[in-house]
Amino acid sequence: MIEVTNVSKWYQQFQVLDDCSLTIRKGEVIVICGPSGSGKSTLIKCMNGLEPFQKGEIKVDGVSVGAKGTNLPRLRSRIGMVFQNFELFPHMTVRRNIALPQVKILGRTRDEADARAVKLLERMGLPAQADKFPAQLSGGQQQRVAIARALAMDPVAMLFDEPTSALDPEMINEVLDVMVALAQDGMTMAVVTHEMGFARRVADRVVFMDQGMIVEDATKEAFFGTPRSERAQLFLSKILQH
Amino acid sequence: MGFDWNVIVNNRGLLFQGLMVSFQLTLVAIVGGMALGTVLAMCRLSRFRVLAVAAGFYVNFLRSLPLILVIFWFYILTPQIVGHPIDAYSSVLIAFTLFEAAYYCEIIRAGIASVKAGQVNAGLALGFGRWHVMRYVVLPQAFRNMLPVLLTQAIIMFQDTSIVYVVGVRDFLTTADVVANSNNRPVELYSVVAVTFLVICFTASRLVGRLQRKYAL
Repeated sequence: MIEVTNVSKWYQQFQVLDDCSLTIRKGEVIVICGPSGSGKSTLIKCMNGLEPFQKGEIKVDGVSVGAKGTNLPRLRSRIGMVFQNFELFPHMTVRRNIALPQVKILGRTRDEADARAVKLLERMGLPAQADKFPAQLSGGQQQRVAIARALAMDPVAMLFDEPTSALDPEMINEVLDVMVALAQDGMTMAVVTHEMGFARRVADRVVFMDQGMIVEDATKEAFFGTPRSERAQLFLSKILQH
Repeated sequence: MGFDWNVIVNNRGLLFQGLMVSFQLTLVAIVGGMALGTVLAMCRLSRFRVLAVAAGFYVNFLRSLPLILVIFWFYILTPQIVGHPIDAYSSVLIAFTLFEAAYYCEIIRAGIASVKAGQVNAGLALGFGRWHVMRYVVLPQAFRNMLPVLLTQAIIMFQDTSIVYVVGVRDFLTTADVVANSNNRPVELYSVVAVTFLVICFTASRLVGRLQRKYAL
């Protein structure tokens, strides 16, 4: 579904991604972790072309992200993305946040889009929030709306960029629960997160990055059992000690 | 010598007409200036350097000229350029629109810059094209953020319209001046002009405060 082949990226002289290769098959859930500044967010932003890269190739469902002739908006509409800071549109109601992209990009009628929005909000456990504005919701609720907005486009894969990092602790689980359900429904997912509990429950593979490189790409059993690299061991011991 | 306020009552029709001309000028300059200002702002933020530089030059050029000069300039130069005389009113409409556009451009540019990059990314990630992100995500938020400044600029412009006196356009102040001279009652007339400006601008700035609270994000 998503094939990353030898991708490198530089900000001027500074190399942020160093020869990264990664394959995510249909229905697979990949958790990408690593210390901050290791390039994990940059890597998934390359997957839908939000960040350009200078070397290598990324293909999503057979379409090359970096190629000149690629219709990027069209490709992006098929890949859902969830951000650390939710990024709901603050000037629109929850319903409109979810409906507008469907109408403007997929050409659905307003009624179809609204119906889809209501259905997804129910699935997210937010049936009563459709007419509120994002600022009236808690962080956990906003992030679930953001997931609904992405799902409304019927994506072939979902990218999550630290979806729970900006949340208060008591709201993390309500978002993770939704993501677990999504994974169990067979959604193809790439998730940048430090939530190792989530990784243990649903990840097929865990990818560990450090200094722009993919240091380890292992099944979760192998990763949590005995990570091969020293750096991954150190990282795990740091975030799992509490 | 006492005051004679009858001169106001007797000339109320004329004065009202003058006030309407001032409003009309303000309105046209706001609408025209904002439309052109939005285009200029998008040019300045454009990835195409030629557009950005040209718009930047236009804005900096007009912002470094006094308004009165721009008004004179259009009044005297436009007939020579188009080859036939144009009326003073049209020339100040054009001058105001072009002049205000430079100021609106900078306000709008700051408004666009105030929208976080994450919002643009969210729009792009959903599959919106750049123009649609601008139209549905960035501009609505930008205009809300800059509403107070935009309206304050409109109030300043309403006051500035009185400068058309120099080319004889019959706005509120010019009309009052004409009435004052022909009746020899300058104190009454200028007092009324002052009070009218005060009431209108004070009310408007109170309204701005209210709108600001209502549309704050």
